[in-house]
Amino acid sequence: MSGLIAFWNILKKDIRNYYLKPPNISWGIIFPLSWTLMQIIRSPGDLDIMELLPGLMGMSVLFGTTSMLAVTITFERKGRSFERLLLAPIGLNTLVLAKISGAVMFGIFNAFVPLVLASFLTDLSGINWTLVILGVFLVAVSSTLLGLMVAVSVQEVFEAQTLSNFFRFPMLFLCGLFVPIERLPAILKPLSFCLPLTYGTDILRASILGSSLMNRYLSIFMMFVFIGILFYLSRRNINRKWIL
Amino acid sequence: MAIVKVTNLKKAYGDFYAVNDISFEIQAGEIFGFLGPNGAGKTSTINILIGLSRPSGGQIEIHGIDVIKETKKAQSIIGVVPDESNLYDEMNGFDNLCFCASLYGIGKEEREKRAKDLLKLFELDGVAERPFKHYSKGMRRKLTIAAGIIHNPKILFLDEPTTGIDVESAMQIRDLILALKKEGKTIFLTTHYLEEAERVCDRIAFIVKGKIVKISTVSELMEEASPDYRIKLKVSGNLHSIRDKLDNEFDDARMEILDETSCLFISKEELSLYPIIESLNKKGIAVYEAKEIKPSLEDIFVKITGIGKSNGRVVKDK
Ligand SMILES: Nc1ncnc2c1ncn2[C@@H]1O[C@H](COP(=O)(O)OP(=O)(O)OP(=O)(O)O)[C@@H](O)[C@H]1O
Ligand SMILES: [Mg+2]
Repeated sequence: MSGLIAFWNILKKDIRNYYLKPPNISWGIIFPLSWTLMQIIRSPGDLDIMELLPGLMGMSVLFGTTSMLAVTITFERKGRSFERLLLAPIGLNTLVLAKISGAVMFGIFNAFVPLVLASFLTDLSGINWTLVILGVFLVAVSSTLLGLMVAVSVQEVFEAQTLSNFFRFPMLFLCGLFVPIERLPAILKPLSFCLPLTYGTDILRASILGSSLMNRYLSIFMMFVFIGILFYLSRRNINRKWIL
Repeated sequence: MAIVKVTNLKKAYGDFYAVNDISFEIQAGEIFGFLGPNGAGKTSTINILIGLSRPSGGQIEIHGIDVIKETKKAQSIIGVVPDESNLYDEMNGFDNLCFCASLYGIGKEEREKRAKDLLKLFELDGVAERPFKHYSKGMRRKLTIAAGIIHNPKILFLDEPTTGIDVESAMQIRDLILALKKEGKTIFLTTHYLEEAERVCDRIAFIVKGKIVKISTVSELMEEASPDYRIKLKVSGNLHSIRDKLDNEFDDARMEILDETSCLFISKEELSLYPIIESLNKKGIAVYEAKEIKPSLEDIFVKITGIGKSNGRVVKDK
C-alpha cells in the first residue's frame, strides 16, 4: 500500500512537472506535423496518409519518450532531488516503474496525435485497433527504456539530449519508419534487426495497413525480448551507478 | 542503548580512502556531532549511513537493522537533511512537503496536515505557496529540515545544517535541533563550526582525513585539553619590569605576558584574585579587568588534530 502511494505520487508529480508543460506537449505534435508537411511539399497530390501513419506514430513516440525520460532524470539528478527518491523506503523497481510510467503514458498520448489528425483526412475504419494499441504500447515502453539507458549513462542534461539524438536519428531511418527496410542498403539491414523499433514499426504497419514484413506474433515476441533486456540492463546499471 | 552502531567503516574512491576504518556508536536520544575540516569524510560517512553510497568495508546497524543488507527497511526510520537542498525547485513549499511524505506511504489527509503543521513550526506558512526556487537560503534550509522529519523518523541525519546561512537563522535551526532532541529523536550532525558542536552536541567525534581521532563528551574534552586554571588580566604599567618579582611571590602560579596591556595567570588550583591585584597595585600596575579563560573547542581541536587555525581549514563560528 505504501509503495502504491509513493508510486502514484511520483507519477503524478512527473506528469504535472514535466509532461503537461506546454513546450513538452508540443514535441509530439510539431514533429509529426512538420514531417507530414514536408511529404506533402515533396510529392503533392499522391500522398497516402495511411502509408505515412505507422512511421509518423512511431516517430512521435520515439521523440516523445526517449529524451523526455533521459532529460528529466538527469535534471533531477543534477538538482539532487533524485536523491530524495533514492532515500525513500521504496524499492528501486517501484521507483523505476514510476519514472517509466509517466514517459510511457506521454509516448502513448503522442502516438495518437497523428492518428487523430489523420482521422480528419481519411477513413480509418480498416485499422486493427487492438493491435494498434498493443504496438504503440510496446514502442512506448521500449523507447522509454532506451531513454532510461541514456539517463543512467550520462551526468549532464546536455549529454542526455545529445546521446538520445545519437540513437534516435539513425533509428528514424534504420527502423522502417520512412524508408522500408527492404530498400535499405544490404550492410545496414542486419543493424535494423537489432533495434526494437524495427519490430514495433512492423506491428504498427500490420495493424494499420494490414501488411507487414514479419509475422506480427514474432514482432510482438521480439518486442518483449528487447523490453526484458533493456529493463534488466538499466536496472543493473542503476544499481551500479546511482548508489555510488 | 546504542541506536546506531558503525564498525570498521571504510569508503575508498579508487585507492584513496575518504573514510578510513571508523567505528562509533550513537546512543538513543543523543545529539552526536561529527566535527572535521573540509574533505575530512563527513559527507562520505553520512551518505553510507543513509544508504546513498556503498561502503568498501565495515558494518552499520541502525535500530537493529543491517543497513547494507536491508537498506530500504532502515531508510523508513531515518530522516536526512543533506548539505544542499534536494527539494523540487518548481514546486511550492507545501507541495514539496506533501510529496516527500507520500514517498513514505503517508496518506493524503495525514500528509497535508503534517505539512501544514511543519510549515507553521518553521515559520514558513507565509511562503507555503511560493515555488521553492524563490526561497531564500535560510528558508530553503528550514524547508529541507521539515522535509527530513515529515515522516517522523527515529533518527535524523543533518549534514552541516547551519553552513551558509545568517546568524539568526542558524540560531533558529540550532533551537529546532534541540527541540527535536527533546521530542526523543536521535540526531547525527556534521559541522565544521566548533561552537555549534559545543552548543548542541552531547558527544563529538573529531574526524580528520577519514579517521576518527577522538570521541568524547564536550565537558570531558574541555577538561582534558587544559586542566589548568587561567585568569586573564587587563592592566596598565610596565609588566616586564615586575615579572621576576611576581614569580617569586606566587609559587603555585605563573604569569605569562600576552602584550603590553594584558597578562595571564596560570595555576593548577583555583586562584584568588585579591592578592594578585593587591600585589600588582603595590608595584604600580593598575588592573582594569579580570576574566577566567576556558579552553575553546578550537584549542582542543588544534591540540588533538595538529591542524592549525591559520591555514583556514578550521572555521570558527562567526
Ligand atoms: N564521488 C567521489 N569520488 C572521488 N572522491 C570523492 C567522492 N566523494 C568524495 N570524495 C573525496 O572524499 C573526501 C571526503 O569528502 P567528503 O565530502 O566526505 O568531505 P566532508 O568532510 O563532507 O567535507 P566538507 O566539510 O567540505 O563537506 C574528499 O577528499 C573528497 O574529494
Ligand atoms: Mg560535506
